Amino acid sequence: MIGVNYTALAVLVGLFLLVTVMGFWASNWRRPKDLESLDEWGLGGRTFGVWITWFLLGGDLYTAYTFVAVPAAMFATGAVAGFFAVPYTIILYPVIFIYMARLWSVSYRHGYVTAADFVRGRYGSRELALAVSVTGILATMPYIALQLVGIQAVLEVAGLGGTGNVFMNDLPLLIAFTLLAAYTYSAGLRAPAMIAFVKDTLIYLVILVAIVYLPSKVGGWANVFEAARQKMTAVNPATGAPIGVFIPAAQSYWAYATLALGSAMALFMYPHSITATLSSRSRNTIRHNATILPAYSFVLGLLALLGWVAIAAGTKPIGLDGKPNAQLVIPQLFEDYFPAWFAGVAFAAVAIGALVPAAIMSIAAANTFTRNIYREWIKPHATHAQEANVSKIVSLVVKGFALVFVLTLDKQNAINFQLLGGIWILQTFPAIVFGLYTRWFHGWGLLAGWAVGMAYGTMTAYNVVNPVTGNHFGGSLAMIPVIGETGYIALTAFALNVLIAAVVTVVLDVVKAPRGRDETTAGCYLADEGDPRVEKRVEHTLPAI
Amino acid sequence: MGSSQIDVGTTNKPLMAAAAVLLMIPIVGLLWVGSYARVEPVVAGFPFFIWYQFLWVFLCSACTAAALRLIKIARPRRRGDGR
Repeated sequence: MIGVNYTALAVLVGLFLLVTVMGFWASNWRRPKDLESLDEWGLGGRTFGVWITWFLLGGDLYTAYTFVAVPAAMFATGAVAGFFAVPYTIILYPVIFIYMARLWSVSYRHGYVTAADFVRGRYGSRELALAVSVTGILATMPYIALQLVGIQAVLEVAGLGGTGNVFMNDLPLLIAFTLLAAYTYSAGLRAPAMIAFVKDTLIYLVILVAIVYLPSKVGGWANVFEAARQKMTAVNPATGAPIGVFIPAAQSYWAYATLALGSAMALFMYPHSITATLSSRSRNTIRHNATILPAYSFVLGLLALLGWVAIAAGTKPIGLDGKPNAQLVIPQLFEDYFPAWFAGVAFAAVAIGALVPAAIMSIAAANTFTRNIYREWIKPHATHAQEANVSKIVSLVVKGFALVFVLTLDKQNAINFQLLGGIWILQTFPAIVFGLYTRWFHGWGLLAGWAVGMAYGTMTAYNVVNPVTGNHFGGSLAMIPVIGETGYIALTAFALNVLIAAVVTVVLDVVKAPRGRDETTAGCYLADEGDPRVEKRVEHTLPAI
Repeated sequence: MGSSQIDVGTTNKPLMAAAAVLLMIPIVGLLWVGSYARVEPVVAGFPFFIWYQFLWVFLCSACTAAALRLIKIARPRRRGDGR
């Protein structure tokens, strides 16, 4: 194994220090009177306009793990597992265009900070709100852990770790995460919003340089696609089937389409996506963003193709433990072909790319805990300041948990849980999105549908066995009952969820089971900036105690 | 526009329907995998399957931008004069 790449490492550390300073300074940015409320600490004061939201959402949704995992999937198994990310992140925007503005409006008028806040207000059901919030937290935790895996991949290729000393191996990661935790604690959502500018600029720069420069080094695009075709259509001796997919054949159409649709529907159910949306200034900010965010999808598509460029380049992603690890393919490709200083810039892009989503995810999970578990079940009359304090502490706990998770358990656990997280989070879709349009569903019906969807999705995913390793959670695709095609488990579970919710609703209405109180009105879903009926909690006008 | 006019106001239904159609176009286009899962025609070395999906990035942006324009016309902003 090559030793430490000092030039690259120096550039990486330099850029890292820059964003650390920015992170701490962010608490002065658009400085509010005080940061002691969730609206300020957790939503940046709900003041972000179109451009800040663009950077923030781009930095939030296109995570370091995506940047590592999507090309890795292209490199290892091809188009269905990897390139589906492109249609996924394109149809994402018309999908969220439809309903996120309504969620923004109702949250603005009623001061909701989380999706579960809305569910609580709409259905008057604290049990359903609890289910939504617990699902959100469970799905987010492994996602944060995977951001660390992204940083680790970069550090490993830069030559850090592998000294045999556990403490020294993990020290850089520990320092990075401690700094992140510290400035997130002090500046809240303003910190990642600020850092997102650097992150997104670096990512655009690195990908554009890579996509222009690298293919010419390996014989041009035609050669890249030919190398990919040869690798993907070769037969894997372990399974007797082709290694991967170059262009999907008819039996993969359903898989490709359901992965794209299910992922697009699921993404904005994650707390971190909702946090970034609610931090925007007006109802149509998210819609404006739906028209300009696809720029990131374009970059993601180029990045996916770098996985195939690596095939043509003959990249050997081998970890410091000497075992092949597809996750290292992009950092390794950069290390092999870029001058050391630019490899450092590329590594920084990935590492800083991990910080923005990790910060927003931990803030979002902390907000959810505070509003929907702490205030709802533990301390109903918490003040704004108490809420902000609990959130700050929980954001530390969440990050600490993610760190322990990554440092003590096999990485595969984080990846398995993230796969499950995607299946789980989609099961909150009916309660949240259907609720934005109709109260036809009964709260308990939605809860029953959620429970069945969660159970079905978890069991089905467990039963997917990797044919080579024999491990469970071998992928996110399984046979769709009735239709008889292979499809994304999350979407099948979702269909079952909706069916159960509808049947139980009909039954409960027949027996006249009582429904909770709906605190929203039709006008709430169309409210915009400056709305005179925005609810202010009374203590706003009282001096802080 | 009076300050009392804050709740559900008038909405131009045909324009909203047109916006909905615009939003459905990219979704249907990309979920219909059979319509683009092939190699030919290759352009500048890129298989059709690849460049066609890249093309949708721009088509989709155009569709959502047009839908946004329609919606703003169909449902003008009702700002209460509260502040």
